[in-house]
Amino acid sequence: MSDTAAGLLQVALLLTVLIAVYKPLGDYMARMYTAKTHLRAERVIYRLVRVHPDVDQRWTTYAVGVLGLSAVSIVFLYLLQRLQSWLPLSLARGAVESGIAFNTAVSFVTNTNWQSYVPESVMGHLVQLAGLTVQNFVSAAVGMAVAVALIRGFVRSRTDRLGNFWVDLTRGVVRILLPLSVLGAIVLIIGGVTMSLRAGVAVTGLDGSSSTIALAPTASQEAIKELGTNGGGIFNANSAHPFENPNSWTNLFEIFLLLIIPVCLTRTFGRMVGNVRQGYVLIAVMGLIWTAMLSAVWWAETHPNGLATLAAGAAMEGKEVRFGIPSSVLFAISTTGTSTGAVNSMHDSYTGLGGGMSLLNMLFGEVAPGGVGTGLYGLLVIAVIAVFLAGLMVGRTPEYLGKKLGRREVTAAAISILAMPAVVLLGAGAALALPSTLDALNNSGAHGLSEVLYAYASAGNNNGSAFAGITVTSGFFQSTLAMAMAFGRFVPVLAVLCLAGSLAQQKPVPVTAGTLPTTGALFVTLVTATVILIAALTFFPALALGPFAEALA
Amino acid sequence: MTLIKERQPTGAEKRSARRGVAAGSFSPGQLMSSLPDALRKLDPRHQLRNPVMFVVWVGSVLVTMLAAVRPGVFAIGVAAWLWFTVLFANLAESVAEGRGRAQADTLRRTRKETVARRLTPGGDEERVPGAELRLGDHVVVEAGEVIPGDGDIVEGIATVDESAITGESAPVIRESGGDFSSVTGGTTVLSDRIIVKITSKPGESFVDRMIALVEGAQRRKTPNEIALTILLSTLTIIFLLTLIALQPMAGYSGQLQDVIVLVALLVCLIPTTIGALLSAIGIAGMDRLVQRNVLATSGRAVEAAGDVSTLLLDKTGTITFGNRQATELIPVGGVSLVQLGAAARLSSLADGTPEGRSIIELTVAEHHLPTAPEVERAAEFVPFSAQTRMSGIDIGADRRETCLQRDLLAGSSHQDSRAIRSVRKGAASAVAAWVRSHGGTVPAEVEGITGEVSRQGATPLVCAEVVAGRARMLGVIRLSDVVKPGMIERFGELRAMGIKTVMITGDNPLTARAIATQAGMDDFLAEATPEDKMALIRREQEGGRLVAMTGDGTNDAPALAQADVGMTMNTGTAAAKEAGNMVDLDSNPTKLIDVVQIGKQLLITRGALTTFSIANDLAKYFAIIPAMFAGIYPQLDRLNVMQLASPHSAILSAVIFNALIIIALIPLALRGVRYRPSSAVSLLRRNLLIYGIGGIITPFVGIFLIDLLVRLFPGI
Repeated sequence: MSDTAAGLLQVALLLTVLIAVYKPLGDYMARMYTAKTHLRAERVIYRLVRVHPDVDQRWTTYAVGVLGLSAVSIVFLYLLQRLQSWLPLSLARGAVESGIAFNTAVSFVTNTNWQSYVPESVMGHLVQLAGLTVQNFVSAAVGMAVAVALIRGFVRSRTDRLGNFWVDLTRGVVRILLPLSVLGAIVLIIGGVTMSLRAGVAVTGLDGSSSTIALAPTASQEAIKELGTNGGGIFNANSAHPFENPNSWTNLFEIFLLLIIPVCLTRTFGRMVGNVRQGYVLIAVMGLIWTAMLSAVWWAETHPNGLATLAAGAAMEGKEVRFGIPSSVLFAISTTGTSTGAVNSMHDSYTGLGGGMSLLNMLFGEVAPGGVGTGLYGLLVIAVIAVFLAGLMVGRTPEYLGKKLGRREVTAAAISILAMPAVVLLGAGAALALPSTLDALNNSGAHGLSEVLYAYASAGNNNGSAFAGITVTSGFFQSTLAMAMAFGRFVPVLAVLCLAGSLAQQKPVPVTAGTLPTTGALFVTLVTATVILIAALTFFPALALGPFAEALA
Repeated sequence: MTLIKERQPTGAEKRSARRGVAAGSFSPGQLMSSLPDALRKLDPRHQLRNPVMFVVWVGSVLVTMLAAVRPGVFAIGVAAWLWFTVLFANLAESVAEGRGRAQADTLRRTRKETVARRLTPGGDEERVPGAELRLGDHVVVEAGEVIPGDGDIVEGIATVDESAITGESAPVIRESGGDFSSVTGGTTVLSDRIIVKITSKPGESFVDRMIALVEGAQRRKTPNEIALTILLSTLTIIFLLTLIALQPMAGYSGQLQDVIVLVALLVCLIPTTIGALLSAIGIAGMDRLVQRNVLATSGRAVEAAGDVSTLLLDKTGTITFGNRQATELIPVGGVSLVQLGAAARLSSLADGTPEGRSIIELTVAEHHLPTAPEVERAAEFVPFSAQTRMSGIDIGADRRETCLQRDLLAGSSHQDSRAIRSVRKGAASAVAAWVRSHGGTVPAEVEGITGEVSRQGATPLVCAEVVAGRARMLGVIRLSDVVKPGMIERFGELRAMGIKTVMITGDNPLTARAIATQAGMDDFLAEATPEDKMALIRREQEGGRLVAMTGDGTNDAPALAQADVGMTMNTGTAAAKEAGNMVDLDSNPTKLIDVVQIGKQLLITRGALTTFSIANDLAKYFAIIPAMFAGIYPQLDRLNVMQLASPHSAILSAVIFNALIIIALIPLALRGVRYRPSSAVSLLRRNLLIYGIGGIITPFVGIFLIDLLVRLFPGI
């Protein structure tokens, strides 16, 4: 079987399984977020943190919950790393350097999981388990909670209440992420992923030198790493490491895991707004972009120019031989399309076009299908903008799902959309203006610019994947990237919650023949075009000087 | 056999019966005459109101300074065209305002200085200037005098020439009490004498407000305009960020960019087209209403009209002709249709009511009977009275037999020309009693037919005769409300637009249902009281619908105020005008449908030009990015798909296109995009195709063509 045929079969298998779980998981999540009763375990948690689970919150209270929890988590995670040497299970790894600790704390709390350190030599098991893995669950559940709050904004009317953040958060962890990640971890262990609390095994090489092969509780972290679109590997090589991702089957399963929640959340959305076709529209937009980007990168990687790569038949540099081109590009597009950031190949080594496409995939605002929760609300915000323009063109004050889009709604959507381009452009611009940046880059010219742009795009979109080829341990990079992650996460979260708040206060407008229908092919095209247009217009000059210049050379 | 004589539609009806929304005229001469005003608007304080154009203004100043420091053909060219961009935007606004101003001047001429004859508390008259009148003053106006201010007639009746306001030359009758008591300052009394109580303060009269409105002096941004401005500002900020980041990226790549080039790129990218035309679109929307003789008190009302999803229309005058008309004759008991027709006609000869006239029209059209006015001399008429509830004719035996009388009697079964013949028509019970009192019997079928006619929503009249002492029933005349021609189609269009139509009538539910069904309306409100109307509006609004209605009476005022769009007839009372947010000077309620379409057209124009403006950016990138960076990366010249001659010509061409497209689109902004009532999907598809896809293609062609000229210029 040729590489291409095998790849197509993998894609077909992936899509089949996703379609199979779409309805059950989507409906299950909708039921969980609308259920009236609480599990006993949840009641214990609510009592411990002194929350009354049946009291709904205003959007401001909800937002304070999100921000407060995140702030506390950052401080806790920072201290945990800084105090590592005094804590158990540190594997004798000392206190984490302050710049790394701060960057990492922000990174994991914002669901970015950008790693400016080598995990197996810096983080002990306690930080991994009590710090990073906990945040893998919590940050994912926060994203989902915000998305659910926005859905409630559309569903509810004449109320200023959006639900209870602590309940949404707890349910996301207890009822969705935990059970799925346990299942996922078991499958991964069966597939050959390691699971060990030992620091590593000492081996003596053929030349007599001795070294240690690091071990870690990989499978459990691996499952939530993908499932929560986190992406922070327990090993530096991430999903290219044979202990994290040993073979094609685990590879495909990991891709499945990172797509499953963002994809099925569109069904949850459709269920909760009472019209599953509204969800189909969103998944269609996500699917269109994902497919287009996958095809582009696949084509780029199998049609490279350059003598060495032509001799190899494909751009195999930086890719695992056990995966080949198809499994690598499938992973690359899925990880940049969600906010995962796990990698099984070095994106830096992709062709100019291929690397540029995975960069662009993030610059779309990560909506194909996006991170857990963030993908859904990101696309809904773009849909709000699309509906606003299209709604005018049918001669009515625009309305989406029965809610009018007026000044407040457009302002909130605009701020949400503005945040990411602002941090990416200003961050990359500032970095490139610094003479010291040239020393941090492995490459000069167009590819170097892509490396810097990729770093800020990854941080600003809370992706966390690295183009690599750039040393980001300087104080400047550590702090500006941390800021990019924080702004890229919390500005949209605030704007989206504000949008939800103002939507919930409205009374619904009945649907008539004069209402812009937000289902159907025309609307799918419209939203897709809006996603592409916003990114293209914002980043055309930057992309021209980076990937385009490289690809056209 | 519904036969009615087609009434000739009036001018106003013809105008409103036109399907689409008509275009306003625009002549290039308006551009020239608006130039001085446009130049005045270069003032930065004016520009600040429009964030997008303010950025262009700042860019123009910056490039002008740079061009002054290092003069060059390119620098001066870019500076000049940036200023043109700002100027063209000002022109668009000035032209739109200019059209309103012309209207205002006409109105202002009506506000000539008048001398009022004020009544003092003692009952004497004193002469004071019209401007000195205060609220509550009583003034006397006699034939030939101009009414000095807005007010209500408290005494008298007069014909008033309102052509100064409405343009309609036919005088109208105004009288004290009731719904026709309000008069407008500036109109002329043609006959009689009235005493008017002044209801407006000086400077706040109806005409004053109209002038302020059409001049745009009170123009405030509408909610949707504000939302759109926020979106456009966001886009502007995004492009500013893009440009700020571009300079270090360019520097890193090998060459910092000329600030002039960066400003040119920024101005090309930010949505200047819609930014420049946005206020013109809003003013023009109001203006289109004015052209239809409708005055809106705010742009907000026009915008709300586009959103209306429930339309309350009064039955009388809007859906049906003002009154019931005879539409069918149903003979009973072996009487022929011809006999019944002749008798019905006879009985109506003296009946001056519209119903009576319609019976004659029906019989003339159907039986070709002569109208024969001479018959008046040959018979004695029995007029309608509230007591008898009948009208008719008595043809006496003592009268001289004439040919005419033979004609009259031809319809009778008795050829005895000497007999006395009486014909009556009227309410069924009254006529039946009359027949019985003359010894006749009433066939059972009469009751059946009248019942059936009532059930169908029409009114039955019964016709009977007494010939030579013998009374008998002749048949039933059906009087129906006749739905105006073309209304069914219009309501169909409204339904396609997603607008629900509700008929408001004082009729009983039976009649109301029949007419509503016949006119193709969605719902009706029968036996409507003002409270019912109010409750209906509230109910619709509770469900999230926006409601539009028309009204004229004082008792309509609360409902007009509650409705999202309340259009008051100019004939209406001052209270009603105050409550509504639009006034129709032609007093034609059907126009509400036009108003809805104008509202929609306004929003569509905004959306379409925004889409066009954003879609333009793609071509501008393809023009400017290769021009900026092909020097660093020669491979980027492959993006130069338009094959523009040089970097400078490419950038200048893009800037020129960006400026000229504003001028090119001014007529469209003023006229509004073409709008035909259809479903949302087909509207969207059409507009996306024209303004989205068209917006992508047009600048590629435009910039290419402009470059062909610009490249000829030495030094570029």
